[in-house]
Amino acid sequence: MEQPALAMEFHLTAGDFNGAGDASGKIKRTLQQVGVKAEVIRRIAISAYEAEMNVIIHSLGGDIRAKVYPDRTEIEVKDSGPGIADVDQAMQEGYSTAPDHIREMGFGAGMGLPNMSRCADRFSIESKVGEGTTLRIIINH
Amino acid sequence: MIEYFHSVRLISERCKGCVSCIKRCPTEAIRIRGGKAKITESRCIDCGECIRYCPNRAKTAVTDSLADIKRYPHNVALPAPSLYSQFEAQVTVDAILCGLLSLGFDEVFDVAVGAEVVTTAIRELLQHKQVKRPLISSACPAVVRLIQVKFPELIDHLVPFEAPVEIAARMVREEYARRTGRPQDELGVWFITPCPAKLTAIRQPLGDLPSNISGAISIADIFGELRRVILQKPAAVAKCRRASWAGMGWAVAGGETEAAGVLNTLVVHEIHSISNVLEQVAMGKLKDIDYVEALACAGGCIGGPLMVENRFVAEHRMRNRLAVGKRLQPQPELPLAPEDLVQRGTLEPRPIMRLDEDISKALYKVEQMERTLERLPGLDCGSCGSPTCKALAEDIVQGQASEMDCIFKLRERVHELAKEMMGLAEKLPPSLDKKEKKGAIRDGKSKRVAGTSGRRGGSDDSGGGA
Ligand code: SF4
Ligand code: SF4
Repeated sequence: MEQPALAMEFHLTAGDFNGAGDASGKIKRTLQQVGVKAEVIRRIAISAYEAEMNVIIHSLGGDIRAKVYPDRTEIEVKDSGPGIADVDQAMQEGYSTAPDHIREMGFGAGMGLPNMSRCADRFSIESKVGEGTTLRIIINH
Repeated sequence: MIEYFHSVRLISERCKGCVSCIKRCPTEAIRIRGGKAKITESRCIDCGECIRYCPNRAKTAVTDSLADIKRYPHNVALPAPSLYSQFEAQVTVDAILCGLLSLGFDEVFDVAVGAEVVTTAIRELLQHKQVKRPLISSACPAVVRLIQVKFPELIDHLVPFEAPVEIAARMVREEYARRTGRPQDELGVWFITPCPAKLTAIRQPLGDLPSNISGAISIADIFGELRRVILQKPAAVAKCRRASWAGMGWAVAGGETEAAGVLNTLVVHEIHSISNVLEQVAMGKLKDIDYVEALACAGGCIGGPLMVENRFVAEHRMRNRLAVGKRLQPQPELPLAPEDLVQRGTLEPRPIMRLDEDISKALYKVEQMERTLERLPGLDCGSCGSPTCKALAEDIVQGQASEMDCIFKLRERVHELAKEMMGLAEKLPPSLDKKEKKGAIRDGKSKRVAGTSGRRGGSDDSGGGA
């Protein structure tokens, strides 16, 4: 398999709003240093941020991994439960299972997944209730 | 490489090489090298933070002087609205404008009139649903440059109009042509400026259109003289084009959006706070906001680096003037904005973050940088001359610094060397070594040289018994 030129990995803790945005921010700055086009970085940063927030809001914790190749960036986000029962429904704009206290904080508007897939060149989601969810996002440079 | 013009400069003799400025610069444009601060031109946005924070007054803004206006037969002064905040309430705007005439200008044109024009243009633009939200004000050139260098993806969020001062200058030039029919090169148009960023924007326009302004004169430079002439003849009244409170309000943070009557706005001032907010815009988080009014100086232009008065005092005075204006004229008639008057040139990104033009090399450098950073102490003390350990790591991979610039790394290294020297000092040449030897070769008692660190430098010693 092709080795990524650069790999970053961050652990995400469920409910840790203090650290929210750190991982995507770091990924963004790194891509700026690499010299990826601003518009492309923006799409990667937004997807990474949405994914990061999803893990913090909905999951029991997980990891975000970014692999940077000269021609593309791949983001993989894996969490450990509870999983999404109906992926198609979750992909619809405005659909959200976020509890009220999260919505009150201004998150969980149900735009996360649709936003991510809109930003991505390739997007896949696998989820098993009780086990967890894995997202893969590929964005070409 | 493009050569950039900058108004912010260093007076080398005054610089003591302290770290005040490198710590404040929002774009990490400054390094201390050879005991003096050095500004990396491509990164500097002329915000003037380093001028504000230099304890030795070694940072200055190069502006034009009153003597320069002699180059033109006819001169117009364009006072920034913030100028009015430098005077007590009893000094009227008319008195200030007339004071400028006494300083040698032939005419005065209130920049706030330009602000009124942009105000209506912004108001109209926001009617269009398809305009990118949030729209970001382009009135402060330091903010526009910040976006060009650090947030190039936000360029199309910027208000597509020229700053008020450029519009005022165009109005002045058009009027002059109409009235006199004389060639434009006889007309000097001078901005009375609160900041270096504005001068830079004149010498090196933000977009691809040339500026209509001949030069900029610092408020701090002319304040004394202006004050003197105003107090000398307080009664003189001239016919100068004056703006309403709406245009004047642009001098303080929040004034621009108040004039435009835009409700759903975010007002942010002070360059570091602006960076934080732009970060959020870039993440797509503030789409529900219509307008971001961003001004690089704390408080807005009244807090500009070339102002004389304390910014709180200036703000107080300005707000009082505005309050009076509003009482007299709650809803001022604002001039319409003809398309060609407000247009601005295209803005190009000027990214500063990338480590190499070649993406593969850049990737390699990022990795090297991370490794280097892990070895650095992470104290961000600035003693190495770079603002943070991360910046030093970047300077190292770019070949502009060495790991030994870090005093902690240097100490570590000295420690290693000292140990090595101790080891050597304990050794005696065989001819002097009178102790009885058990074998033909030296025993294992001699100490291992080069301490515990994996990165032992220098030549190894044969004495390591193991
Ligand atoms: S003017 Fe601003 S950007 Fe330029 S060196 Fe000074 S602090 Fe940095
Ligand atoms: S806020 Fe005003 S004074 Fe300060 S840099 Fe911007 S334009 Fe200049």
